[in-house]
Amino acid sequence: MNAVRRVTGRALPLDRANVDTDQIIPAHWLKRVERTGYGAGLFEAWRRDPSFVMNDPRYAGASILIAGANFGSGSSREHAVWALVETGFRAVIAPRLADIFRANCLKSGLVPVEIEAGAVAKLLRLVESDPRAEITVDVERRVVEAPGLHASFELEDHARTRLLEGLDDIAVTLAHANEITKYESTRATWLPSLRD
Amino acid sequence: MTARTLAEKVWDRHVVRRAAGEPDLIYIDLHLVHEVTSPQAFEGLRIAKRTVRRPDLTLATMDHNVPTTAATPADEISLKQMEAMARNAREFGVRLFPMGAPEQGIVHVISPQLGLTEPGMTIVCGDSHTSTHGAFGAIAFGIGTSDVEHVLATQTLWADRPGTMAVTVEGALPRGVWAKDVILGIIGRIGVNGGVGSVIEYRGSAIRSLSMEGRMTVCNMSIEAGARAGMIAPDDTTFAYVEKRQHAPKGAEWQRALDEWRALPSDDGARFDREVRIDASELRPYVSWGTNPSQTVTIDGHVPDPDSLEPSQREAAGRALRYMDLRAGTPIRDITIDTVFLGSCTNARIEDLRVASDVVRGRKVRSGVRALVVPGSMLVKAQAEREGLDRVFRDAGFEWRDAGCSMCLGMNPDILGPGERCASTSNRNFEGRQGPGGRTHLVSPAVAAATAIAGHFALPEDLS
Repeated sequence: MNAVRRVTGRALPLDRANVDTDQIIPAHWLKRVERTGYGAGLFEAWRRDPSFVMNDPRYAGASILIAGANFGSGSSREHAVWALVETGFRAVIAPRLADIFRANCLKSGLVPVEIEAGAVAKLLRLVESDPRAEITVDVERRVVEAPGLHASFELEDHARTRLLEGLDDIAVTLAHANEITKYESTRATWLPSLRD
Repeated sequence: MTARTLAEKVWDRHVVRRAAGEPDLIYIDLHLVHEVTSPQAFEGLRIAKRTVRRPDLTLATMDHNVPTTAATPADEISLKQMEAMARNAREFGVRLFPMGAPEQGIVHVISPQLGLTEPGMTIVCGDSHTSTHGAFGAIAFGIGTSDVEHVLATQTLWADRPGTMAVTVEGALPRGVWAKDVILGIIGRIGVNGGVGSVIEYRGSAIRSLSMEGRMTVCNMSIEAGARAGMIAPDDTTFAYVEKRQHAPKGAEWQRALDEWRALPSDDGARFDREVRIDASELRPYVSWGTNPSQTVTIDGHVPDPDSLEPSQREAAGRALRYMDLRAGTPIRDITIDTVFLGSCTNARIEDLRVASDVVRGRKVRSGVRALVVPGSMLVKAQAEREGLDRVFRDAGFEWRDAGCSMCLGMNPDILGPGERCASTSNRNFEGRQGPGGRTHLVSPAVAAATAIAGHFALPEDLS
């Protein structure tokens, strides 16, 4: 995973709540066995509507997505994050992100930003009235900055470190292999095994 | 010692490492794998020259994109994905139930049937409906593909201890109200983000009265309330279901396991971060009218007028009604349907098929309606056939299919056409979920069966 320190860029305002991952990337895209090739599937159904905000050329090249509460709900498909990243998004800002989606963001260096609904509404208005407005998401300081707005967001220390250093989770965990082996020696003998 | 909840007990028992400034590193007792969310994970292992740490705790099946009838074979890309699953299982030594195997089926149906899902375990799968297994008092939740790779390599996961939430449903369920209605009723009350960050423990006499199949239906849709997981304390109903199954503990081990399981229920005085109480007598058979699972109304109700809803919900409701092509004020029973889908990890277990078959026995599916029964696993299918349920469904005009996720999600040949309207026993009524432009109404198996006969939403007692 690439390290990410800060994201500065224009933003796409998606003023909808409860955007589920079936909308972000429809299921038929999930037949692929690769990690890439999902960009064209991003919001596939909604993009057929010419008035959908992503079809507005003024927002082309946006690197930050601003959305309503509970963004990324539903299916656990990490393909949703891959599609966003492939399209050029580096951060998602919403009042609340769905749990699995948020965890998936952290695996691909897509910065998950949860700030209060009022601040999100302000950002949406800003970007809707001025599509060229620049927003900065600073991972190191855990703040979002835009003209007339400065908001801190929560990001656990370990998540921040992993984003800043682009760490591979598995390598981190395997450094604790001894602890895993030790735990395994304490597991109950009745627990099911496919070897039975 | 402080009183702890069921979720806290199971979680604490699985902590491999706990340190300040880190999430917990928790051990995973069972990792379920399917063809759709795993190929990139196995590829990651291959690139990094890693192995599967515990193939003996890993089970793979094919369910999402398998065809459920020979009449509609899988497309080339799906075949490639299934081949990748078979190759990966072989290469990494993982047990696989491929298409055609007698144990094949929806991952969340087969694991409990085989006795692999047991109380007190941690279970993960690259699938959000993993919450199903919480019905046994296990902590079970969905993960993304990167975490699938992590579990394959380490048999652990980094995760913050979740919050706790109690949803207590007290009282007797009214006649005609099934587990599906219980969970739709709960989501209607707490909302699609009502459980975010928490493990919901379902409690109360109405929950305890449910069979294991019913409990699985309830826990299955925990994710539809945004919850990390759903759980129900194990009791004699649970133990009776698990006992003697293929992978269940035997002999002295069974006694040891029982002793541990009996200590799992939340302690008296255990505190939950949030508590919700629901009077079971207020629950009714529900039908969803919108495009998320909280947008439901009782079958006796009408399509709501967005202006009558809370201001924050009006715009989404208006958009949902446009997508669903519904008019405010329409009685739910006046809505006609094109398709009925009886299946999915929510409602395709033997009990669901029994309930539905009782409704359709001796009746005929309304002319022009396409009606499918897709058993959750080939074992469920075989059991249903032993009980003669397949004949009941076929005689009524239902198609009787092989096991798979089928029409729950549009990634296999069973899909809705644009504008088609479906009464579905599945879990998600999202836009396009069952196929681009398709319109999904979530219902219980009883309502689905009655609706297939009537051609419009109906209760079994509406049928003449």
